[in-house]
Amino acid sequence: MKDTLSNTERKTAYILTLPAVCLVFAVILFPIFANIWISFKEVELKDIRIPEPRAKKIVKSVSGEPTKIKILYKLRNSSLIQEIRDVSFQDKFPKNFKTEELDSRCEFKKSILKCKFGNWPEKYRENFQVVFETDDGSKIDSKKLKSIKPKLEGKSDNILLNTNFTLKNFKKVLFENEFVDLLLTTFYYTFFGTIGSIIFGVLTAQMVNQKFYGRTFMRSVLLFPYVAPVVALAYTWELLLDPTSGTLNSLLINYQIVETPINLLGQKYVEINILGFDFKLRLALTTVIMFEIWRYFPLAFLFILARLQAIPKELYEAADVDGASPFQKFFKITLPQITAVISILFMIRFIWNFNKFEDVFLLTGGASGTRTLPINVYQQGFAISDIGMGSAVSMVIVVLLLMFMFFYFKLLGKRVDEN
Amino acid sequence: MRTKNTIIFSLISTFFLIFLISIWKILATLQGLNIQNFNLQIIFILGFLISLAHLTISDKIRNFYKSILFSLIFVICDGYLIQQLPIWYNIGVFLILYFFVNQIKKYNFDNLKEEHSTQVIFFDFLTLFGILFFSFVILFPFYMMLVTSFKTQMALLVNPLDFSINFGQDMKDLFKSYFVIFKSYKFGKYILTSTIVSLGTVIITLLFAIPAAYAIARLNFFGRTFLSTSILIIYMFPAIVLVIPLYTVFSQLGLRNSIEGLLIVYTATTLPVAIYMLQGYFKSIPKELEEAAILDKLSWFGIIFKIIIPLSIPAISSVALYVFMIAWNEFLFSLMFLDNPNSFTLSRAIQYLSGDAETPRQYLMAGSVVVTLPVLFIFVYFEKYLVSGLTAGSVKG
Repeated sequence: MKDTLSNTERKTAYILTLPAVCLVFAVILFPIFANIWISFKEVELKDIRIPEPRAKKIVKSVSGEPTKIKILYKLRNSSLIQEIRDVSFQDKFPKNFKTEELDSRCEFKKSILKCKFGNWPEKYRENFQVVFETDDGSKIDSKKLKSIKPKLEGKSDNILLNTNFTLKNFKKVLFENEFVDLLLTTFYYTFFGTIGSIIFGVLTAQMVNQKFYGRTFMRSVLLFPYVAPVVALAYTWELLLDPTSGTLNSLLINYQIVETPINLLGQKYVEINILGFDFKLRLALTTVIMFEIWRYFPLAFLFILARLQAIPKELYEAADVDGASPFQKFFKITLPQITAVISILFMIRFIWNFNKFEDVFLLTGGASGTRTLPINVYQQGFAISDIGMGSAVSMVIVVLLLMFMFFYFKLLGKRVDEN
Repeated sequence: MRTKNTIIFSLISTFFLIFLISIWKILATLQGLNIQNFNLQIIFILGFLISLAHLTISDKIRNFYKSILFSLIFVICDGYLIQQLPIWYNIGVFLILYFFVNQIKKYNFDNLKEEHSTQVIFFDFLTLFGILFFSFVILFPFYMMLVTSFKTQMALLVNPLDFSINFGQDMKDLFKSYFVIFKSYKFGKYILTSTIVSLGTVIITLLFAIPAAYAIARLNFFGRTFLSTSILIIYMFPAIVLVIPLYTVFSQLGLRNSIEGLLIVYTATTLPVAIYMLQGYFKSIPKELEEAAILDKLSWFGIIFKIIIPLSIPAISSVALYVFMIAWNEFLFSLMFLDNPNSFTLSRAIQYLSGDAETPRQYLMAGSVVVTLPVLFIFVYFEKYLVSGLTAGSVKG
């Protein structure tokens, strides 16, 4: 009895989870494997389109003979690079139609015109004409003829499915793509964006954890940048920072803080002198990181606030009795209590910032030294139309992420052991 | 010790005052006032003197009169420095000073003597400063977005700092950008597409996620632990890696530029987090209810529909809202899969609009307001549900 129950339970479980598992498999797991496959191939954007045999049907009435009609098919291979094999053609006509002359490749049976055109090389074009006549002498309605579309079929190689593999993409990614610069930019963007958002998250969480008037309102406001659409925010920032008519530059000039406008999103380097040391700051990258921090610190804020509210009040009361200063309370009680959350946040934000595409794309499009790995995937795959290269870059992302996760969990595992 | 603490207190409070006055000046400048100097030194001296005077006078005058007195002195000095300013500016300065004096009223020579008093002061003002700073930094771009959408190209070129809105003008002129984007740029259609895609994603995701989450939460089957752990790993997987393979497959299947294509991708990407959030909630429902239902010979589907769903309406609505927001805000896939303006979503349409350098910025901002408002409205209205969802799932991105 119990056995059958657990059996049905198992079956039900499979039925219930199957749709979700299939969908996730098809849209998330399958593409990851497909990506490995594509990254070893030389594929361009134009190769993706499957070559199609096409026919444009033109109906011409023969002057003086209403019972006759000429039909011209403009045949072509839609692909400029691939041949189509065994092209077959089919078109339907009214029952009273007959034809005298017919191309040797075709036959006309039961009001259906069938042709076998053989192989069409790339860019193939042919004009193919048939003359029809009604066998009962009735007039022909050419509009009706036009509305019937011919059917064409053919076989072609799918570049994606053949087994020609190459290492060319990876060689290009690693040696011809300013790879070191790409890695460094991605690393700066990810690391400083993550650290910055966590620092701001701690500050704001500490702030909202105190009692003041309008606290719930403040909590909602702090989450605005996180819930609003990227597109709107990125364009607003672009407007704010615009060098010619942006609000920020106008304000700075108005208050005589700077003399010439600063192109915060379009200038790669700015030279800064601190204590006699000259160094170059990557300006556009810094601005993009600022935007990233601004947009994602609310997540850190939310996590840390939830943790702060769970810290027992007794700890602080005991510290008060011992005469601890606010700084001591923060560093000795609060900080140790939130390190676990911070380390999880660090991982989540690091991974997501590493893959962040939209923000940089919308703000700078990857120009002026803000080209990160995800931007490069887009540039290679869609701007240069080299799908294979794009896939290879995204494979690099996957490998780096796996390495990061491996080290992170190793490190974390060690620390847990020590405690 | 007392002098040192007094000076530290005065300095910190003065910096806070400078910050308040500077923000007010920036906001006033953006209303078209001609202020070109923060007058930092003079405000510093005034603020420092007010803090010191406050400490010395302490309780000798009633606080109310003291606040009024200080504020008036400050307003007169400030008004003398920047002349010909409208009365509302001076009223603003007066209110800021009134607020400031009230903030410092709890400090006097006695509590400055206490242990850690400087640190307490520092933390108190840091909190105040933080509240104002973060409100300003966060709300300012949203404010800019809104006011720019009501301006005209001409007005913005003449004085890029004048963001005052003339409410006296005709409604048609005021909302001109909105009329234009709806008439010439077909924003009505994009809103419809975005709504269909987002609602569709919510419905399909829930249809798939509720049964799966129930199975993972309650039923014993081979691969259950594997499924529940792999959900989170899949959730962390980067969307940018999926883009190229999905693009190639969708091109060959003819799914690009179609709502169906977007629905498939959005549902698949939101499913892991939806299942994760729901199964957590389902586990908290007492098992006894289901055991009773099994005795009543209710099938598994009956249990889900008659017991689980009615009991987890809060969790389901939180997942629904949250999935809606992800789908509404989504940009990467809509950029990759849509290139025909007839099938654009709102985000994609705004990006397309900005691609044309000729597009006036107020249209762009009007579009941004249109795409942002629904999300902010949902967020503020359903905040309670969403915040729990956000912490559980932490919106992807």
